[in-house]
Amino acid sequence: MGAETSPTGGGGVNGVIDWFRSSEHWHGDYGVPVLLGQHVLLTLTSVLIAIAVGFPLALWLGHRHRGGILVINLTNIGRAVPIVALLALFSLSVFGNSYLGPYGRSGLATLVTLALFALPPIVTATYTAMIEVDPDVVEAARGMGMSETTLLRRVELPLAAPLIVSGLRLAFVQVWATATIAALVAGPGLGNIITRGYANNQTAEVVSGSLIVAFFALLMEIGFLGLQRAVDPRPRVTV
Amino acid sequence: MVPLADPAFPDNCLTRNEWICGRYYSTRSHELESALLQHLGIVVASVALGLVLAIPLALLARRYRKLEGIIVGSTTAIYSIPSLALFSLLVPFTGLGRRTVLIGLGLYSLTVLVRAILDGLDAVPAEVREAATGIGYDGRRMLLRVEIPLALPAFMAGLRVATVSAVALTTVGSILDYGGLGDLILEDATFKAQVLAGSVLCVALAVTLDVILVISQRLLTPWARKPRRRAVAA
Repeated sequence: MGAETSPTGGGGVNGVIDWFRSSEHWHGDYGVPVLLGQHVLLTLTSVLIAIAVGFPLALWLGHRHRGGILVINLTNIGRAVPIVALLALFSLSVFGNSYLGPYGRSGLATLVTLALFALPPIVTATYTAMIEVDPDVVEAARGMGMSETTLLRRVELPLAAPLIVSGLRLAFVQVWATATIAALVAGPGLGNIITRGYANNQTAEVVSGSLIVAFFALLMEIGFLGLQRAVDPRPRVTV
Repeated sequence: MVPLADPAFPDNCLTRNEWICGRYYSTRSHELESALLQHLGIVVASVALGLVLAIPLALLARRYRKLEGIIVGSTTAIYSIPSLALFSLLVPFTGLGRRTVLIGLGLYSLTVLVRAILDGLDAVPAEVREAATGIGYDGRRMLLRVEIPLALPAFMAGLRVATVSAVALTTVGSILDYGGLGDLILEDATFKAQVLAGSVLCVALAVTLDVILVISQRLLTPWARKPRRRAVAA
């Protein structure tokens, strides 16, 4: 279907290697460094916004064992709303599609959309982690006379930490992945390499862009798995 | 400013690019309908594909526990690949178009479905299995008559997640010109009436399918309708 129209157009290994070796892909406004920078910045900022909003809320709800329905609904809504639609609606209305400094075109709309998408995994994981702290342990801590804040800080939070980190991992990886879609709505980020490849029928470019995105997603997964182990306060038991 | 009388530039909600536009719905109802049907078709086909793959994989993982880690691990790895990237990485093998979208979405639903089937089967209490063995159930009959009915609630929960996610993800298929309502949204991302209509229909489709699944779950598990106290605290 016209996918292999030029020597570098094929999706084979050689085409991809050629793409990575070609210096034109590493310079300019749509070169890998600029797009990668936008992508990293978008992911970091939006997840941090989501953490600032969602984490304290979920921590408090989980500590009080309240608001389970709210959390479940948040997750369900997050799943049902297509990012493409939200992004298109946002950039058409409230947030516009103008440039936002290093965030690129439609920067604000993309940022808000991604922050909204990072919210469910963070809230759900934090809430679940808090709920699943062994009630006996909490009771024992209360019995020892710990105040609610000390209980939260010294007992619940450390025990909940691994699950919370796993929620952060999910949020980061999902946002990283979803940020690719911004390019479909003329937004910033690494997705531009992929959409450009489709527009020019260059399968090698499509595959190369995808490999860059997937490579960093994998790297993040591995990093977070290590972090998840590092924050687990329980002694490691070999089963 | 174009004079109102100019027949080449009629003044209506389409030319004014309004969010809600009766003229749009009446003149493009065919486009909306075919996009919606295509969307539904993609969702049903891809989740069905996921199911066809997930059932043997889950049963395999269950029979050979050593395989469980590999199967669950590799399907989860697929899930962490960004959708746009997954479609794109499939293109060299499956070509540009329909097949890539269906296989890509099918692979995504695989992750959720394999887990849901395993969770469901794990949720069957050992005592029930023992009792069933005691009255002569074994092998396939045990699976069909005892384990599958008891595994249904966890499985249906997974099916709902897979279906609703597939509805949202299908829009990304528009990069391959096969994205159902996503094609409408991205055809011209400045056309307000079309973007809104596509988005609303997409969410409505997700909600409708979810409700259908909830109702069928209630019909399939009549014994679960009365809320009962669980014997063992979770």
